[in-house]
Amino acid sequence: MNFTKGEELLELCKSHNKKISEIMIEREKKITNSNELDIINRMKASLGIMKSSTEKGLTEDIKSVSGLIGGDAKKVKLRSEKENPVCGLLMSKAISRAMSVLEVNAAMGKIVAAPTAGSSGILPGTLITVAEEFDLTEENLIEGLMSASAVGMLISRNATVAGAEGGCQAETGAASAMAAAAIVEMMGGTPQMSLDAASMCMKNVLGLVCDPIAGLVEAPCEGRNAIGAANALISAEMALSGVKSIIPFDEVVDTMYTVGRCLPVELRETALGGLAATPTGRRLHEQIFGENSRKK
Amino acid sequence: MKDYSMFDVVGPNMIGPSSSHTAGACRLGKVACKIAGEGIQEVTFLLHGSFAKTYRGHGTDKALVGGILGFDPDDERIRNSFEIAEKEGIHFKFIEENLGEVHANTAKIMVKKHDGSQVEVLGSSIGGGNVVIKEINGLELEFTGEYVTLIISHIDKPGIIAKVSTILAEHNINIAFMRVYRHGKGEKAFMIIETDDDIISNVIDDLKHVTDVANAYLVSIK
Repeated sequence: MNFTKGEELLELCKSHNKKISEIMIEREKKITNSNELDIINRMKASLGIMKSSTEKGLTEDIKSVSGLIGGDAKKVKLRSEKENPVCGLLMSKAISRAMSVLEVNAAMGKIVAAPTAGSSGILPGTLITVAEEFDLTEENLIEGLMSASAVGMLISRNATVAGAEGGCQAETGAASAMAAAAIVEMMGGTPQMSLDAASMCMKNVLGLVCDPIAGLVEAPCEGRNAIGAANALISAEMALSGVKSIIPFDEVVDTMYTVGRCLPVELRETALGGLAATPTGRRLHEQIFGENSRKK
Repeated sequence: MKDYSMFDVVGPNMIGPSSSHTAGACRLGKVACKIAGEGIQEVTFLLHGSFAKTYRGHGTDKALVGGILGFDPDDERIRNSFEIAEKEGIHFKFIEENLGEVHANTAKIMVKKHDGSQVEVLGSSIGGGNVVIKEINGLELEFTGEYVTLIISHIDKPGIIAKVSTILAEHNINIAFMRVYRHGKGEKAFMIIETDDDIISNVIDDLKHVTDVANAYLVSIK
């Protein structure tokens, strides 16, 4: 039971009358020659790391190795406890958790790359929050992570999830797409709705550049994980309402890759363009790494 | 094309901030640790390219030292690896150096041991936490450590490969890939054997006892 395209995945779900997560676990058993319980337990361990990385930045004082970021996740949480968040409480929780993971990552804490370290906040931030708000079980969450991995696998295989190849659209775009598909399944949507949600996420950020200040996985990465979480929730809500993606999933994945390859190298994780190349971005680079450090 | 496991996509579990500059660096250090074995006294890390330019901000230095201590990329002790190494009496230093036509994230790890012997490992972190080792003690070779990897240092003589593969066959260990490298005919040589099955320590002991085998060790890092 293997698939390399979204269309094939939907076909498998239909012919076997299974959810995406169920197809994914059958596939995993086959390609890794392992049993279901081991796979579930391994994903449970990953979920444990995800949970603690969403909490750490909200409860502890965190500073990244470079000193560039830290403490912002906590600010969002504190405001949500005192005021009514303008984006709604669920959204506020999801973004503060996503930000927490990025801060933990930048402070050399433990995270699960999902699909990359730079986009590691989106999946735990959204899924854990949705599970909490809707009283879903740990099993639901694990299934969510598995269906997310199906979408991530399709994007890795048919496009890329590396910022150096496809820009931020490939990293946080893919993470949002994975999260949106998972949320749809967790909320009872169909496999087609999951892929519609994933397509919408990628379409919403097509062309997003990767321009990390000083080349570090910190800023603007943290903010882009926050909007990535929002993107996943928005797209999942649209798909669950019956909104369809006019361009099918596989074509959106191909397009994301093509657009990524069109991005100039300055805007693909080299820290030579975008926000990294602003006067402030350059000054911070020199502050962190010393003068002349920007010579290529 | 390789089939991605769900844990390749939702994973790896790692200490941040960067899979290439932190997790991969830790793996490189761990390979050097496995090759050097017990009794490491001093380590010099030559850092090339992006490793040289950005190692402080990415914690590449702490991850390399963590690897030397035998830590995996998801070990939270990486953050305090400097202090732990010092406590264990392991000295280390970092030198920014141009290592020539190599991948942008490359390090040469030079290990000095208490018994006076030295080990040098050159490897690159090629993305997603994956690494490729390109040189051991000046000898060019290539392996990734993704499989169970057995390295045998021996003298280039007829029949050694047969003796080694016989021992593996006797223990029902399937060889996935195997390559042989040598300094010159009849001189020091290496076998890199990647297997599908785990190799238990008494097999390694058997291999060490083969005539003209100088050493045998496992460097699996996944």
